Amino acid sequence: MKARSFMATNVLNGITALAMLVALYLALVYAPPAANLVGAAQIAQRIFYFHVPSAWVGFLAFFVTFVASIAYLWQGGRQWDILALSSVEIGLVFTTMVVTTGPLWARPTWGVWWVWSDPKLSTVAILWLIYFAYLMLRNTVEDEARRARLAAVLGIVGFLDVPIVFGAVRWWGQSVAHPIVFGTGGLSGSPRMLTAFLFCLGAFTLVYVTLLVQRVRLEGMRHEVERLRSQVTDHVSRFTPRI
Amino acid sequence: MVHKIIAIVHKDIIAELRTKEMFSSMFVFALLVIVIFNFAFELRVANVKQVAPGMLWVTFTFAGMLGLNRSFILEKDRGCLEGLLLAPVDRSAIYFGKMLGNLIFMSVVEAIVLPIFWVLFNPPLFSPALALVILLGTLGFAGVGTLFSAIAVHTRAREVMLPILLFPVVLPLMIAAVKLTGGLLDGQPLAEMHNWLNLLVGFDMVFLTVSYMTFDYVVEE
Repeated sequence: MKARSFMATNVLNGITALAMLVALYLALVYAPPAANLVGAAQIAQRIFYFHVPSAWVGFLAFFVTFVASIAYLWQGGRQWDILALSSVEIGLVFTTMVVTTGPLWARPTWGVWWVWSDPKLSTVAILWLIYFAYLMLRNTVEDEARRARLAAVLGIVGFLDVPIVFGAVRWWGQSVAHPIVFGTGGLSGSPRMLTAFLFCLGAFTLVYVTLLVQRVRLEGMRHEVERLRSQVTDHVSRFTPRI
Repeated sequence: MVHKIIAIVHKDIIAELRTKEMFSSMFVFALLVIVIFNFAFELRVANVKQVAPGMLWVTFTFAGMLGLNRSFILEKDRGCLEGLLLAPVDRSAIYFGKMLGNLIFMSVVEAIVLPIFWVLFNPPLFSPALALVILLGTLGFAGVGTLFSAIAVHTRAREVMLPILLFPVVLPLMIAAVKLTGGLLDGQPLAEMHNWLNLLVGFDMVFLTVSYMTFDYVVEE
């Protein structure tokens, strides 16, 4: 059983690695350059194939944490807490990718690295802060059950804040130019671009799933090691002659 | 239920009246924030009145943070929290009691800071509309703040943890409160800014409900 699940995760790892290589090819070579852009802005446009999927995975990860947190408070169970924690860690990595790739694109296109009046930018920044605080909170609580409960409360409150921040900044900011590439009012979505984009979206989601599986497994193994270690110490202390 | 909540508020007020610890620290801190802002802005901002709404809310939230921090640390350090939890009251009564206590302390500080603010900057501060905005803003802040204060007191970092948890979450509240305050100071009627008022009320309702629902898990031993 253990060996089979190990096999399965290895296969998953292989598929994900392959998918990411294909995603790189599609984003950098296959997709045509944006016809309506020139120079640095045209090259920077390709960030979009990684930027948007990262943002999607970030939101997905925090949503998974939200659901797992509710499940933990509802019915308890360590596995929910592990799922919530693992998802936050991965979500934070992808959110960091969003806030680094975004400015790299914005500088040649908008002329500035960052604008606060864009609801998407501000929401992601706040998300990052909330979930960084989530990890800090977990690091400062000793008792395991209490840590899980406090973290679950923050996992719920933090996620509920997201749409409110988005709405607030949208009203607050003047009109902003976060581009819409596909769909109504889209910029320049050619069919090849759409293919590349959808593939990247799938590949990134796959990366998320793979990382999540590995992270949850790691936590399970850590737990197992702790259990075995305490077993061994018990055993040793029972057979050590008292002096 | 109601008289139990009042009993908890009553307890907090009596404890505060005996020491005046929390109130005096919040008040002096609020004054210091105003003084520091005044000098910090004066060199670069042509008209200090323009930054008045932001100054006002930063003063309120920073001073409120001090009060919220004390709110559960006092209970915890003297072992009162266990007593409170053992008392035959609902956990939600404890939440609302502590929340109302924090709301009252913050409101008292605000009521004293506002005239001082007026003396220094002369903005048209005294209107029922502004009082309503301040009350709604403070309610939301105290609502989430009480929950997070109970969370922070169970961590190793305590005082440090509260602002890190609270500030990102209350950001939409701050945006709405500063927008409304700024609009009112510019003479805009409240009816014209009803979307911000809705946001403020919506935030209060959502987070008071969630805090009330999750408080039990936070204080549970």
